[in-house]
Amino acid sequence: MTREAAVNAVILLLLVAVPGWALYADEPFTITLATRAVIFALAAVGLNIALGLGGLVSLGHAVYFGLGGYAMGVLASHAQNYTPLMEWPFVIEGTKSMPVIWLTAIVVSAIAALLIGLLALRTSGVYFIMITLAFGQMIYFFAISWPAYGGEDGLSIYVRNGFPGLNTLVPIQFYGLCLALLLIVLLFSALLARSPFGLALNAARQVPHRVETVGLDPVRLKLVALVISGAITGLAGALFADLNRFVSPTMLSWQMSGEIMVFVIIGGVARLFGPVAGAVIFVLLEHLLGGISEYWQVFLGIVLLLIVLSGKGGVIGMLAGRGRAHD
Amino acid sequence: MSMKTLLAAAALAALATGAQAQVKVGMITTLSGGGASLGIDIRDGFMLAIEEDGRDGLEIIVADDQRKPDVAVQIADEMIQSDKVDILTGIVWSNLAMAVVPSATAQGKFYLSTNAAPAQLAGKGCHPLYFSVSYQNDNLHEAAGAYAKSEGYSNPFIMAPNYPAGHDSLNGFKRFYEGELAGEIYTELGQTDYAAEIAQIRASGADSVFFFLPGGMGISFLKQYADSGVDLPVMGPAFSFDQAILQAVGDAALGVKNGSNWSKDLDNEANAAFVAGFQEKYDRLPSLYAAYGYDTANLMLSALDTADVTDQEAFRAALAAADFDSVRGKFSFDTNQHPIQDIFIREVIKEGDIYTNMIVGTAIEDRSSAYVDECSM
Amino acid sequence: MSPILIAEQVLNGLQFGVMLFLMAAGLTLIFGVMGLINLAHGSLYMVGAFAAAAVAGATGSFLLALVAALAAAALAGALVELVVIRRLYNRDHLDQVLATFALILIFSEGTRWLFGSFPLYLDIPAWLSGPVTLPGGIQYPLYRLALIVLGLLVAVGLWLLISRTRIGIQIRAGENDREMIAALGVDISKLYTLVFALGAGLAGLAGALVGAIQSVQVGMGEPVLILAFVVIVIGGIGSIKGALIGAVLVGLTDTLGGIFLPELFKLFADPATATATGSAFASMAIYILMAAVLVWRPTGLFGART
Repeated sequence: MTREAAVNAVILLLLVAVPGWALYADEPFTITLATRAVIFALAAVGLNIALGLGGLVSLGHAVYFGLGGYAMGVLASHAQNYTPLMEWPFVIEGTKSMPVIWLTAIVVSAIAALLIGLLALRTSGVYFIMITLAFGQMIYFFAISWPAYGGEDGLSIYVRNGFPGLNTLVPIQFYGLCLALLLIVLLFSALLARSPFGLALNAARQVPHRVETVGLDPVRLKLVALVISGAITGLAGALFADLNRFVSPTMLSWQMSGEIMVFVIIGGVARLFGPVAGAVIFVLLEHLLGGISEYWQVFLGIVLLLIVLSGKGGVIGMLAGRGRAHD
Repeated sequence: MSMKTLLAAAALAALATGAQAQVKVGMITTLSGGGASLGIDIRDGFMLAIEEDGRDGLEIIVADDQRKPDVAVQIADEMIQSDKVDILTGIVWSNLAMAVVPSATAQGKFYLSTNAAPAQLAGKGCHPLYFSVSYQNDNLHEAAGAYAKSEGYSNPFIMAPNYPAGHDSLNGFKRFYEGELAGEIYTELGQTDYAAEIAQIRASGADSVFFFLPGGMGISFLKQYADSGVDLPVMGPAFSFDQAILQAVGDAALGVKNGSNWSKDLDNEANAAFVAGFQEKYDRLPSLYAAYGYDTANLMLSALDTADVTDQEAFRAALAAADFDSVRGKFSFDTNQHPIQDIFIREVIKEGDIYTNMIVGTAIEDRSSAYVDECSM
Repeated sequence: MSPILIAEQVLNGLQFGVMLFLMAAGLTLIFGVMGLINLAHGSLYMVGAFAAAAVAGATGSFLLALVAALAAAALAGALVELVVIRRLYNRDHLDQVLATFALILIFSEGTRWLFGSFPLYLDIPAWLSGPVTLPGGIQYPLYRLALIVLGLLVAVGLWLLISRTRIGIQIRAGENDREMIAALGVDISKLYTLVFALGAGLAGLAGALVGAIQSVQVGMGEPVLILAFVVIVIGGIGSIKGALIGAVLVGLTDTLGGIFLPELFKLFADPATATATGSAFASMAIYILMAAVLVWRPTGLFGART
């Protein structure tokens, strides 16, 4: 077992043990916090596929997170009010079923990633960063000012959506569901990195011209990576909306994009468990520093700066040593 | 996230005497980032009333929502699940209220609104455990509309940001104005440059301007408007002429008429004591938001005097009786548990070096809310 | 819609564009010379506005306030470059994004810590206030005219600096070949600090100039920063000319789109719906412009062809 695998195992153990303890000690809020961390982790695992594998610095992942949230909000609000989503050319009803909502969130955010990717991947480097940020801002403004679905007020869903066989209103059951999804996506992400696609993508990031000589289109590889990445972050968005029973344009804001990126980098880019460690640490910092000072973001900023400047590849890098997991 | 402080002197006193806190109140408000000044005033007004009362057995937990709905929801979860509060209060913004209030009341907690009171919660979504102590969102815009009508304006130009509260604002104005409009525009939320809109106003042949632009947007608009040479009378809801904002606008705001249900020169004993007490303690003039915070705390204290918070029916009745001295003078609750109160028109004036407001008339007497009939309570 | 109104709106768009240019010029120089993406550029804009408000409040002089804004932002810029940015030149863009994102948090909350949560007061000086009448009978605020003139002067000054001075030669050389100018004995780290401070100073100046007609508050810089990014994507990285043309295009599109789109929607919807929907689409106009430019020329109008 490498040191990184040991660190990963400890993280996994904590994700099971801490909420287990909270259940025993009757501290439901700890479970809520853990759920928040797990959902953020899922969003960041999504971003990590674009960022770590594809080398795509997307500063607009809030788009997919928010669209996932709105997929949940729109479907559930129609179900809540017993109004069909559309009646022509055929009737689509709203739904309160999580699996349907998840699928919708994945499809919608994948389509958005495809469209944004087609435009943004015409460029690279700094242009790509600025363009993803700008398109994020565009959709944010549109969501605020578009009068249907609440605008800036967002959508409130009074009861959490259902999953067959579970009572999602019980915090630990909802947590379990989120954790299971995170683990499935982590497994998928690990397999993806080792698959021929992952290897080609990795090569496209490092030596694009050599990939071209073997007849692969690096832009197409990156586009696929961005679509997969966006779809996963969209799924996380649907879960986040269900955690809060609420969705609003804040989920689409550029600060949200920044935070998702922060999760990845605190933990370690291109590390399988980097986004997970990062999200857990962020939620902890937010909770602990927030309890100490009103100006806690100053300290958060300083911590982030130190992590970047130290250049050790995030927390996993510090604990497990240099050397990227997927390289 | 939750900037969490135990602020109540009362709670400290309770700890000192070894008494157990019996009633827990959770205040979720905006203390950092943009819009923090509003939340700080609500908190300070609320805490002033708690300190003046000075009773034991009351614990106030204050947390910062950073004006983010998801953070507000998380704090509410923490307060309900972990701190086990009895009453929630403090939210400034309608979108945060919509995120927190329905689920809090569904979990059997009282919510007393210190500011935001969206239409949904006053009408179809009204709830026995939800009380708005401030107003219903449309009220102050309605007052401006009533004022425009009574002044005989025949062609006002009206504008607001393009988001739900902005749409409510223009609808509220039109509900009481009822005449012709020179123009009606929605601006971008967070917009800071209004040159294009001012040019449209100039070209529209309007005889007056009504606008709702909360926070920095209003500051920007007023400064640019004053410099544009357009010299039409301006009116709006009190939010853009709030005590904290006026100092940043300066002379540009002088003479503007605004609809408000409170003013520091309202002539009643409770208000005089509040304004003096607030200045004494915090060394600044109170704002509208501070007044709402103060009234909310006093309403809650009055209800605690006669009922036990665990007896929800009795406590609800005690709140609904509104048996406290409001700084607004007349105050009672309608069936949807939103206030019935007079709404005034104020004018921005300068007192020494300080910009503030003076009441110049009553726009609507005993105003309830437009949505009261939709509420089934 | 009268020609006078349209002319006035064009002026408004121009003025907005010129202010965007001051932001974008610094950003594009820093990208071009150092290859660095600086998200904290908006914070320097805010620093300028706060410094101006503080000095104007203490001295009552608007000119002193402008000088203070320029100096404070340039100083903050130089300091940030020496302490943080310097370590990021050899890093990938990802580290730069995160480090400068962290700087935003520190600047924003730090400013709130120092100045409190209430917006500050900063006003136009008496000698620049009020409207003037332009040929054709257009009433236009003198201050906004002054902004247009000042912004264009800065553009000319920058062009002279880059095309006619020793520093300009070094900057252009730095954009083309970094190793080369180091080999020629130019102190590259001093040059970098200088360029960064110059960009920061321009952002601070823009913050102070705009602060006089807007609200001086924490977080005022980030919306402008994102617009400046759009400008640079349109104009092309590293090109001052591109920044100017991109800025004016964005300024005009945003201003005119906000007026004409709702009017357009009124042709087939009732006024209230038309204004709401029209404004919703108008807020997307500049991003659609950006997308169009991307399709046509992926490296911007004046960007280096790769």
